[in-house]
Amino acid sequence: MSIALHLPALQVVIPLVSAPLAVLVRRADAAFLIVTAASWAAFATAIALWLGTGDGATISYAIGNWQPPWGIEYRVDRLSSFVLLIVSGMAAITLPYSRTSIEREIPHEQHYLFYAMFALCLTGLLGITITGDAFNIFVFLEISSLSSYVLIALGRDRRALMASYQYLVMGTIGATFIVIGIGLLYLMTGTLNLADMAGRLAQVGGTRPVLAALAFLTVGISLKLALYPLHQWLANAYTYAPSAVSAFLAATATKVSIYVLIRFYYSVFGESLVFEKLPLPEIMLLLSLAAMFAASAVAIFQHDLKRLFAYSSVAQIGYITLGLSFDSVTGLTASIVHLFNHAVTKGALFLLIGGAVAAVGGATLSRLSGLARVMPLTSFGIVLGGLSLIGVPGTAGFISKWYLILAALEKGQWWLAIAIVASSLLAVAYVWRFVEVAYFREPSADLATRREAPLGLLVPAWILVSTTLYFGLETSVTVGSAANAAAMLLGIGK
Amino acid sequence: MTGYKLILPALAIPLLGSIGIALCNRHANLREAVTLVTSVLLFICVASLLPAVLAGARPQAQLLEPLPGLPIAFEVEPLGMLFALVASGLWIVNSIYSIGYMRGNKEAHQTRFYVCFALALASVIGIAFAANLITLFLFYEALTLVTYPLVTHHGTAEAKRGGRVYLALLLGTSMLFLLPAIVFTWHVAGTTDFRPGGILPAQLAPATLAVLLALFMFGIGKAALMPFHRWLPAAMVAPTPVSALLHAVAVVKAGVFSAVKIVVYVFGLDQLAGSTDWLIGISGFTIIAASIVALNADNLKRRLAYSTVSQLSYVIMATALLTPLSVMGAAIHLAVHAFGKITLFFAAGAIYTVAHKTEVSQLNGIGRRMPWTMSAFALGALSLIGIPPAAGFLSKWIALSSAMEGVQVFVLAVLIVSTLLNAAYFLPIVHAAFFREPDDANDAHCHGEAPWSMVLALVLTGGMTIALFFFSDSLLQLVKQLVAAS
Repeated sequence: MSIALHLPALQVVIPLVSAPLAVLVRRADAAFLIVTAASWAAFATAIALWLGTGDGATISYAIGNWQPPWGIEYRVDRLSSFVLLIVSGMAAITLPYSRTSIEREIPHEQHYLFYAMFALCLTGLLGITITGDAFNIFVFLEISSLSSYVLIALGRDRRALMASYQYLVMGTIGATFIVIGIGLLYLMTGTLNLADMAGRLAQVGGTRPVLAALAFLTVGISLKLALYPLHQWLANAYTYAPSAVSAFLAATATKVSIYVLIRFYYSVFGESLVFEKLPLPEIMLLLSLAAMFAASAVAIFQHDLKRLFAYSSVAQIGYITLGLSFDSVTGLTASIVHLFNHAVTKGALFLLIGGAVAAVGGATLSRLSGLARVMPLTSFGIVLGGLSLIGVPGTAGFISKWYLILAALEKGQWWLAIAIVASSLLAVAYVWRFVEVAYFREPSADLATRREAPLGLLVPAWILVSTTLYFGLETSVTVGSAANAAAMLLGIGK
Repeated sequence: MTGYKLILPALAIPLLGSIGIALCNRHANLREAVTLVTSVLLFICVASLLPAVLAGARPQAQLLEPLPGLPIAFEVEPLGMLFALVASGLWIVNSIYSIGYMRGNKEAHQTRFYVCFALALASVIGIAFAANLITLFLFYEALTLVTYPLVTHHGTAEAKRGGRVYLALLLGTSMLFLLPAIVFTWHVAGTTDFRPGGILPAQLAPATLAVLLALFMFGIGKAALMPFHRWLPAAMVAPTPVSALLHAVAVVKAGVFSAVKIVVYVFGLDQLAGSTDWLIGISGFTIIAASIVALNADNLKRRLAYSTVSQLSYVIMATALLTPLSVMGAAIHLAVHAFGKITLFFAAGAIYTVAHKTEVSQLNGIGRRMPWTMSAFALGALSLIGIPPAAGFLSKWIALSSAMEGVQVFVLAVLIVSTLLNAAYFLPIVHAAFFREPDDANDAHCHGEAPWSMVLALVLTGGMTIALFFFSDSLLQLVKQLVAAS
């Protein structure tokens, strides 16, 4: 038995084990080393799995050798391995960053708990992505949610408690809806294995309980992915969480929820039920447009940079769901590739803002006046990240936008193509608020005494900024995976 | 192989130059030396592509492939060759001028200024040599972004306002219209390569074709077609060398260059036949309307800016006539306007530097104190009006004859009226400078010519407007290849 056969299990087990270990050692340094090593191991595992699915293969792993559909199956295909890559990669970059950033945000004696919670959150997100079992999805969803409530509550600002509580209430409603949906599906099919469920749904598809399950799952998951107008929890959570947590959650949590939605729609219910028999594409199209315009417009008027980019996230999630609503290979490719591109871009932005917050003590725009004079690398990185949000050619954001517009034109919908580019102009407006504040104002006397962020914060952030630029010019990994995954989900070219 | 040996260096030289400039931040003399060396190297590199292109070769190079089937690729064809030559050649002169101007006016952030300039030139080379729409778009947007710090150089509230208009109009038009047009072209043609004769499938409905042309023409905001011209006067808040090289030559020419290139190589002259009447109308309107605004502008730079808006539409109108002769005229005008207009801006900057005068009404008798400057100004003005022996006559002559050829009464009328308007807003300045008494003869603020580097630069460009008239052979040869190919 070679170890390569057990990679799917190791993907989850390694970070899972690192969490109690971090608690047992009780020392910040040791906990940091254990969890960081675990996250890098998880990243390496994800790369290996991604390579293993390169030829369109599906890796199936039976936990405890209990064969599916009775036992829990881990199932890795092109789509899930791509999401695993995003989640573990972001963890591998944010963890080294967090060592420096939490110094100022969290009391030293709680650091080991922070690392333990981070490891659990990572475990949950990876588990949701890799599992092929409906109830297992719910279990991992709860692991990731509960640990992220704790992580958010660790924020220095007392409002972090309120934000965490708000997220807890909304997240629990979402999780409840999801478990009701899964329960109904179990009722109708008698199985929890997703692949098995899909086969059995063919006989009962379109009956009322199945439709109810679809509705519960859609609403529940939409809460978790912050689909407009179910996004209320997101702004506060991102704003008041510790910097490293904002970056990690913004880059991964909503993305994994979108993955779950895609998985249920295409691999369980089937495209024809969701997109042809029900008016779901129309609803999703409208909500996506609302997100793209309303959330961007709200972002323009924010006074806090973290909150501004949080609303921008809601808008960018709108792009992803818009791609889904097209129900075409190009649209789905746009969505999946934007999962990656937006994760990297937003991750970079929140990491950079974290550096500014560490120096300035807050992210309100008035405090950031003249930031470029004092922290040129941080400011310039934020501008580059902003350009990717706008979708300027040469950045990752452009690639997503290209496929979205192409998908709209393929459907013959000119007005949608114009709407997509118009909403990116709103992004120009909110990104340029930062530019004008950072570059055209004089730094305050207090800010003028500060220095550029320490390397421990700058290096991880700039790795992500470079990634954003790299994947704007060379996309064989991102577009290649996304296009393969989209073709596979739609059953084309298999 | 010549492609890789010369095209990629042409892109790399200004990029490396910008790094060199940034490294010499604290040593002003060294920094300016790096700028000059970079600009000379770039010109040599671009010029050594010329023999091959004249011989009919099309050097190519390819970098990356961001999207499947859509590589970042370069191909040097006659029009791009011409544009790159003009821009890189004038960068040398402009660098000489900038040194005098920036030091004379004790401008701040000079390193940032030279770095952005080098980056802007790299973007211009990318636009000029782009082999497909996606490469063109990449460098087109890059040019907007790297010139933004130049427009807002002074960092004042006015500069910030100007910068907002600049970005809103240039990014706005390119994203709202140009990008969808490019994606649509890819969708229907399966390629975005520039090919002689066009790439669009023949069965495209005339209405679709017209919409696509409109998206492209208005999408290229840098061509300053009304009503998207406001960014150009707004950009005048920048230091004068920026207005001179970028907003009289590089950026605006990148606009009309892209427009000509798209008409010739994406649509093809034959396919567009009959669907450009509206474009002739709009560009004609822009020519006349902008000239009238220029006539009433007292601020010298504003007058020059509106004159540019009007002159750019000459290129668009000539292209829209769709005959080989008119396209030739468009290409020649792209070059000759550059030399004339940069001279005028150089003169305006020289006047501002020594006399601190910005309004036309303040220029009485200034020609006696600044004879070289105002003589060069007069040459530039003659060229723009189109009077021989200045080079502007060439393009005007060709445009007129192609209008006569097709009996285009509207075009003919626009050309004649606008020539009169050009004369009406330029000649009074020359007249006042030389033949009016200074308003206050015993001006305490006594001044002579501008610093020598500025005078040298403007005399050079002024002289070139005449030289181009007498030595127009290779220019004509180059543009003949452009229309022969299509």
